[in-house]
Amino acid sequence: MSAFFEAVGNVAFAAQILRVATPILLAALGATIASQAGCLNMGLEGIMLFAALTGVYVSSMTQNASWGAWAGLLAALAVGALLGALLAYLVLHLKTDATLAGVAINVIGSNATVFLMYVWTGSPGTSASQKSYVLPTVSIPVIRDIPVVGTVFSGQNVVTYMAFALVAALAFFLYRTPLGLRIRGVGLNPGAADSVGINVVGVKYLAYVLSGVLAAMGGAFMSMGYVSWFARDMTAGRGFIALAAQAMGRSTPVGSMLSSIFFGFTMALSNSMQSLSIPFELIEAMPYACTILALSAYAYQQTRKKKQSSGG
Amino acid sequence: MEEILRVEHLTKVYENGILANDNVSISVNRGEIHAICGENGAGKSTLMKVLFGLEQPEQGDIFVKGEPVRIQSPSAAIKLGIGMVHQHFMLVDRLTVAENVVLGNEPRRGILIDREAACRVTEELGRKYNLEVDPTALVADISVGLKQRVEIIKALLRGAEILILDEPTAVLTSQETRELFEELRHLRDAGHTILFISHKLDEVKALCNRVTIMRGGRTLGTYELEGLSKSDISRMMVGRDVVLKIEKEPASPGAVELSVRGVEYWSELGKKMIDGVSFDVRRGEILCIAGVEGNGQRELVELITGLRSGGAGSAKLRGTELLGRPIRAARKLGMAHIPSDRMVYGVASSQSVKFNILAGKVEDARYTGKLLFRDRAIDRDMEALARAYTVKCTSADQTVGMLSGGNIQKVVVAREMSQEATLLVADQPTRGIDVGAAEFIRRRIVEMRDAGVAILLITADLNEALELSDSIVILHGGKVVAYFADTRALTEEEMGYYMLGVKSQTPEEVEGAVHAS
Amino acid sequence: MHHDLSGQSAGNEALNPSAQQQRDPHRGPAGKGGGLGAPRDINSRFELIRMLVAILIGIAITALVIFAVSDTPLESLRYMFIGPATTPRYFFNVLELMLPLVFTGVAISLCFSAQQFNLTAEGIFFFGGMVAAVAAITTKLPDGLHPFFCILLAGLAGGVIGAIPGLLKYRWNASELVISLMLNYVCFSVSMYVIKNHFRDKDAGAIVSYLFEKTAVLDKVVAKYRLTTGGVVLAAAVCLLAYLFMYKTRWGFSVRAAGANMNFTRYTGLNVAFAVIGSQVLSGVVAGMGGAVEMLSMFTRFQWAALTGYGWDGVIVAIFARNNPRHVPLAALFLAYLRIGADIMMRRTGVQMEIVKVIQAIMIVLLVAESFLAKTRHRMVVREATRESIVAEEVA
Repeated sequence: MSAFFEAVGNVAFAAQILRVATPILLAALGATIASQAGCLNMGLEGIMLFAALTGVYVSSMTQNASWGAWAGLLAALAVGALLGALLAYLVLHLKTDATLAGVAINVIGSNATVFLMYVWTGSPGTSASQKSYVLPTVSIPVIRDIPVVGTVFSGQNVVTYMAFALVAALAFFLYRTPLGLRIRGVGLNPGAADSVGINVVGVKYLAYVLSGVLAAMGGAFMSMGYVSWFARDMTAGRGFIALAAQAMGRSTPVGSMLSSIFFGFTMALSNSMQSLSIPFELIEAMPYACTILALSAYAYQQTRKKKQSSGG
Repeated sequence: MEEILRVEHLTKVYENGILANDNVSISVNRGEIHAICGENGAGKSTLMKVLFGLEQPEQGDIFVKGEPVRIQSPSAAIKLGIGMVHQHFMLVDRLTVAENVVLGNEPRRGILIDREAACRVTEELGRKYNLEVDPTALVADISVGLKQRVEIIKALLRGAEILILDEPTAVLTSQETRELFEELRHLRDAGHTILFISHKLDEVKALCNRVTIMRGGRTLGTYELEGLSKSDISRMMVGRDVVLKIEKEPASPGAVELSVRGVEYWSELGKKMIDGVSFDVRRGEILCIAGVEGNGQRELVELITGLRSGGAGSAKLRGTELLGRPIRAARKLGMAHIPSDRMVYGVASSQSVKFNILAGKVEDARYTGKLLFRDRAIDRDMEALARAYTVKCTSADQTVGMLSGGNIQKVVVAREMSQEATLLVADQPTRGIDVGAAEFIRRRIVEMRDAGVAILLITADLNEALELSDSIVILHGGKVVAYFADTRALTEEEMGYYMLGVKSQTPEEVEGAVHAS
Repeated sequence: MHHDLSGQSAGNEALNPSAQQQRDPHRGPAGKGGGLGAPRDINSRFELIRMLVAILIGIAITALVIFAVSDTPLESLRYMFIGPATTPRYFFNVLELMLPLVFTGVAISLCFSAQQFNLTAEGIFFFGGMVAAVAAITTKLPDGLHPFFCILLAGLAGGVIGAIPGLLKYRWNASELVISLMLNYVCFSVSMYVIKNHFRDKDAGAIVSYLFEKTAVLDKVVAKYRLTTGGVVLAAAVCLLAYLFMYKTRWGFSVRAAGANMNFTRYTGLNVAFAVIGSQVLSGVVAGMGGAVEMLSMFTRFQWAALTGYGWDGVIVAIFARNNPRHVPLAALFLAYLRIGADIMMRRTGVQMEIVKVIQAIMIVLLVAESFLAKTRHRMVVREATRESIVAEEVA
């Protein structure tokens, strides 16, 4: 047990939670904005992979240590936007089932990235042979000097700070701006939105595109922050976890953040448990099992509420 | 009086070939409350949809303030100063009142929504027109009457001068209705024009200045309400254009099959939709539940057939309670049911004709052994049924969704009528289908009656009610207001009086619907 | 049950068309159909055309990409499309790959038929492999019986897991999609836990289990190849039984009805609970069995380290097979052939085989996009309708 506390109780562990939670959080925010507009983005995983590869490739092509990584990030975001638009086109215009369209994007993402990486590097496993750049970490003055707090909150990758800033930005966007109101209106009652002259399909397009951009940022972090290369299927299901985080967070930015941190905690825990004799697989399964329980509890509560209101 | 809206020779044909508006003309003056009255299917709603840009007419002209206009979308209608309060509110429950009011039209402060301004305009409009409502409340939490106010405020904020209200009182309690009328009069006095669609004659008399009567897709004329009696309106509304004749012998009713006692039902919004309804359906008789839509027959038939749960009272099929039991049980007891909405309930439209007809008989020993279906019997009999019910299809393997409305309805009828049922609930069995298919289905219903099946018919079509049924129960406001044991002497005018609430029978007369068993 | 009325009800009369009922001149001969398959008409013809177009587009894109990246494009293409048929080894590879795809394809077809987007097949396949492995290590049974006991156990475990999203959906309307995605990870982690902590062979270098009992391993069709007789027989049996279930029984009927229109299913008094829960349980059983067959055919000890992806492939197979188990073997063969072809191409000419999975995904999008080729469908329907009305006029 003492080994457990040693692993969990140190500050490096707390810092690791934030790091591990970052890609999940970004993708969960992507799922959130889609869901707020009444759309399902099942393709987060594939979008993240494409973005991760794009980021590494573009940064590597620039051969520039000072802004190469930033160019990579921008390119990754652009690819995310494109894929979001593609998904929107499949779902809204070609009337493809959103689940199957997402599954297709994931299959394509998982395999096309390997194919392209091979064409680029000649290796089907990782892109480590090519020099690429990572996004910088940020050392925050004042905070970095505070013991404990400094270790946790300073020195994180810039994308981690962006992710948490985006929680606030997204909440602000959804709840305080006219466009945010329209997105929520479209998601909650498309008929009502339509009756006041809102372009429902246009708003959904926008939500898919923004969703793609957010997921792409999470993907870019994977290959240009979390590690410094692209690897086959490196997102390892984070896109699906993000969907669960969004569902558990009831499609709100803050809720998605909390559940992402929860996932980050359990993943960091299973990482640091690897050296111990505790069966980390069971710890690894915990967040998923908890999600199932949380979703069931929520569904149960909704059913009861409905029953009560319709009971004569 | 200045004319604000004029429609000339407007014709609207729906894709399924139904002529919903046929050379409709109407003129509306500024500052009046103008009623549009007509039976179900008279074309009122279509006309309003055309005016609000939700449907495009085939022919005809629309003039707003003397200018010819084309209204191609709701936004275009809004720009012309036309606002609409839909029967089913177009509100987002989880947003606040103020957010709903400004949605799509948000006041801004920089990049933000100016929430204070949103609340302020909501409140200002509310004060000005006597439509006060708390702008910060969630729409989900407010009453139906208040929701309607929000809808009116929404329209006013967008500059509506002409306000269309589609059966606005259908969901309101009488107290809320009185308040609404106050608000509408206030709006009229402020110079707004109101188109009030209703078939509640009391309300029309109490509120409106003039009335335009529609029947069978045409306008019969516009009349000053002063000097017009409710009976006059009723007579014009329900007059028959085509007299339908169905050959049938007088009924010889047998034992009671379905007995309904004291059924009550409250809507989710807390309105009492059915209020102590009792009647019996006997074998070998067609009992019709007639009434203007929205008077409880929808809820009643859904309770009896099990599509809806909740409610109080009892409905027994040969002594076995149906209310609150699964549909499976009722069907096993011998109930067949032609639902009012064939696409929602009646068919699995992506499956074949065969599949759809078999759906009610999968446990029939003729078609299934212990484990496997008897394919040969299924192929033979389903094909034969499709043919017997004159379903026009290339084969019984054709997708149902590709058939015409009348043929889809025949598939439903083929399934339900071949069920060996003892009770057939026929809910709007011929709505929206061609004359030939309708006649066929009616004749089949009479044949089933003659074979001793008890038939409960629900129809909004007066022709059908009078010609097809042996006895009639009329619902108004969720109550049985009349029972006619024999329909032969009954006229449509007389029915109209009861359906529209002009007359009602004594409790003793209504008791006639309950037979000693 | 209503003897008082049977014989005089309108239903029986209806089966004897009376003279007044006109005969429809355009109807084909009665009995031309056979049972209760999917509708057969202009729509199904259109679906076939659409599938061919999708496959052609897929192949065209593959060819284009190969021309773009390969130094020897023609040779690459030849390996890709003809390679698997050139040697017995390659062909057996195709069949070996086809087996798991058949199982997951049937599993996904079962729940997709009821419009239940349960994707647990991925996790259950893995879990089933683990259960079979454990049973193969710990139990001692006679030769012929042992593998089937292991497979049965895996199927049962799969059914239990499949029931979870089913029950939650039916009782509380919880999204089976997200729950099944989460269950996949739970299945994976729990399986790895069991193997690593209880059955790990510490003498072996990698994380693998002890060797299976010899009796538990399925017998090979031909000693050289890993294709097993038991696997083939079971896969065929699963397809046949699933087909019979779905198209020839009343329970399968309710599953398909629920997939087409849930309101209709409830209204006609069909068994909605079975349609929702039963379809997912059966799907789990098949996926679990699939994992077990794969484990006892291809391996002698548990050595999976990651989810296999066969569950996702099952989605592609099911879409190609239009959720009909009868078409699953063909769809699985098609997929397996392409994959092995791509694999040969990769090994011979260095073009990465992932391209073929990309193409498969593009093909399924074209297959499920309702508006793809909508104009062609419309033209076909119009042509059919005008042809019919001409016939009608002639008859009149």
